[in-house]
Amino acid sequence: MTAPLLFTAMGGLLSERSGIINIALEGLMLLGAFGAAVGTHYTGNSLSGLAIGVAAAAAGAVVHAVWCISLRGDQVVAGTAINILAGGITAFLLPTLFGSAGRSPSVEQLPRITSSLSILVPVAFALVPLTWYLLFRTRPGLRIMAAGEYPRAAESVGIAVTRYRYACVVGSGVLAGLGGASLSIGDLSFFTVQMTQGRGFIALAAVIFGNWSPFGTLAAALLFGAAQAIQIQSQALGLPISQDILVALPYLLTLLAIAGLLRNSLPPAGLGRHAAD
Amino acid sequence: MRSRVIGALRGLVGSTGAVAVALLLGAVIIVLSGDDPRDAYRALFDGAFGDRRSVAESLVLATPLIFGGLAFAIAARAGLFNIGIEGQFFLGSLAAGLVGAIDLGLPLVAHLPLALLAGIAAGAIWGWLPGALKARTGASEVITTIMLNYIAFQISSFVLRQDATLAVNPDFSTTDPVEATAELPLLLDRTRLHAGILMAVVAAMILWYLLFRTTFGYRIRTVGLSRGASAYAGIPWGRTIALAMLVSGLLGGLGGAVNTLGLAGRHYSQPAGYGFTAIAVGLVGRNHPLGIVLAGLLFGALNAGSTRMQAQAGTSRELVLILQGLVILSVAAFAAVGRIRRDTRPTANIRPGADRAATVGTEPAIEPRPGTPAL
Repeated sequence: MTAPLLFTAMGGLLSERSGIINIALEGLMLLGAFGAAVGTHYTGNSLSGLAIGVAAAAAGAVVHAVWCISLRGDQVVAGTAINILAGGITAFLLPTLFGSAGRSPSVEQLPRITSSLSILVPVAFALVPLTWYLLFRTRPGLRIMAAGEYPRAAESVGIAVTRYRYACVVGSGVLAGLGGASLSIGDLSFFTVQMTQGRGFIALAAVIFGNWSPFGTLAAALLFGAAQAIQIQSQALGLPISQDILVALPYLLTLLAIAGLLRNSLPPAGLGRHAAD
Repeated sequence: MRSRVIGALRGLVGSTGAVAVALLLGAVIIVLSGDDPRDAYRALFDGAFGDRRSVAESLVLATPLIFGGLAFAIAARAGLFNIGIEGQFFLGSLAAGLVGAIDLGLPLVAHLPLALLAGIAAGAIWGWLPGALKARTGASEVITTIMLNYIAFQISSFVLRQDATLAVNPDFSTTDPVEATAELPLLLDRTRLHAGILMAVVAAMILWYLLFRTTFGYRIRTVGLSRGASAYAGIPWGRTIALAMLVSGLLGGLGGAVNTLGLAGRHYSQPAGYGFTAIAVGLVGRNHPLGIVLAGLLFGALNAGSTRMQAQAGTSRELVLILQGLVILSVAAFAAVGRIRRDTRPTANIRPGADRAATVGTEPAIEPRPGTPAL
């Protein structure tokens, strides 16, 4: 349950740490899920499908990067457009390619470790310490965070803010693509219209609830993933708690966290700002 | 005065250009998918304007979009990006549906306003909340409204399960049908056109007056253009944005109520997505009430025509969603070109950000660090 969330959240973390708001995660994840399922269908190979899904999401991220960074457009507007566009493109192509409106044909799943876990699950968890190491222990990582905290100052000491931000946004597309693919050909074996169902936004919520730190985000993603898993089984288990409240829990916690009611929330200071502002 | 006319003309040219670019790219997509774009667009146009019935249908589908666009605009004028229209619309629909479904023994003149008021109140609370949170704690409204959308969906899901106490369908998917005493009257025989479109136009006129002829509107626009300058002028930033968000949510909630009482006839558990199209409407309409009415009509017509396009030309109606996304991206690109031109002009420094709110809506005003007390 957690792997799709975790990939996408790590992508969101990367982008936000470099100063680019990425509410396009939902759409990028959807493109990844779609590309992976369709790619697997046409190549007959789930690993090629995975690559195609990642490429589709990365292409969407390039659009986000061009609009946010080069055109200096509003980052929330661009993200909204990409979410609408991704929903439209996938829902348009599905009947055009397969004739059926709701669902793609079944395709081969990714190679598995156990019957219920695909090879992407350990990759997702391994990414967390890797992201931490990249951001906090390497030179490019510290430069990324400088670009996110105070782009103008970063630029003035010779950091190529534009280049780092492009790399991070495209990187977030690659990761959201992996997240989408681990949903469509990792957990399942097909694509359905709007199958991400807000998971991209939950991933963004995990980044915020995790206070923009890799391990905090991991903890949040585990918590939110568990809430989803319990919700699915709550009726069978006969839990006394309403499943609607369980589904709403991640959103409620994030709302309280961002309002500073649980603790101080500290986003990157340069989030949404351009180097030229 | 003259500069305002030029500004309005520039806005019109920009929006028309953006729509044209989107339609052109849409044509390319139609060709790639193996259909003839001329057939597709002709069917789309016929489906939107071909006869009395299709015109009525375009107006019907424009109604919620105009309300949503107006809701987006007033928040954007105050410098806030309200992605929460979807949730405000949804709760407005739920509240109006619940009140409308109860047989209160009241006549139309009492029951209908009561149901509308319920929707207005629900939307207003859901809009005020993120505004007040931002005013008090600096919490970004972009994040809080996204979260509140999903919380609204769950509230609706929870309420629809209470079939023992509330007027809801036992399969938990809808409220009971709205009573005849709470239905918006129909305007044209043998169409679905209801009085909501008139209410939307009146709402646009009131919003224009509010924004451009009252102190409250002046404060909203000042706060949106420059928080620093508004603080210098003694305008209370926190109270102004909280009120702007309240009015924004109110308009969204009214849109949901009108849609339920005029068109849908009941509240459904599945959100319709009008709240996201509303963002496109607000951006294309340049956050001006007149522009929003025009943009709402355009998107309503696209939605109405898409059904015939799918039936006659075989082009999937989801093309309209793609067009919406492309329109938003083109509006942003047109604004960027204008900005780059301005920035490279030697006099650019004299009027920094003069028409910012009117071009993209929410250029990032200086965001306070969370925890910073409101000015």
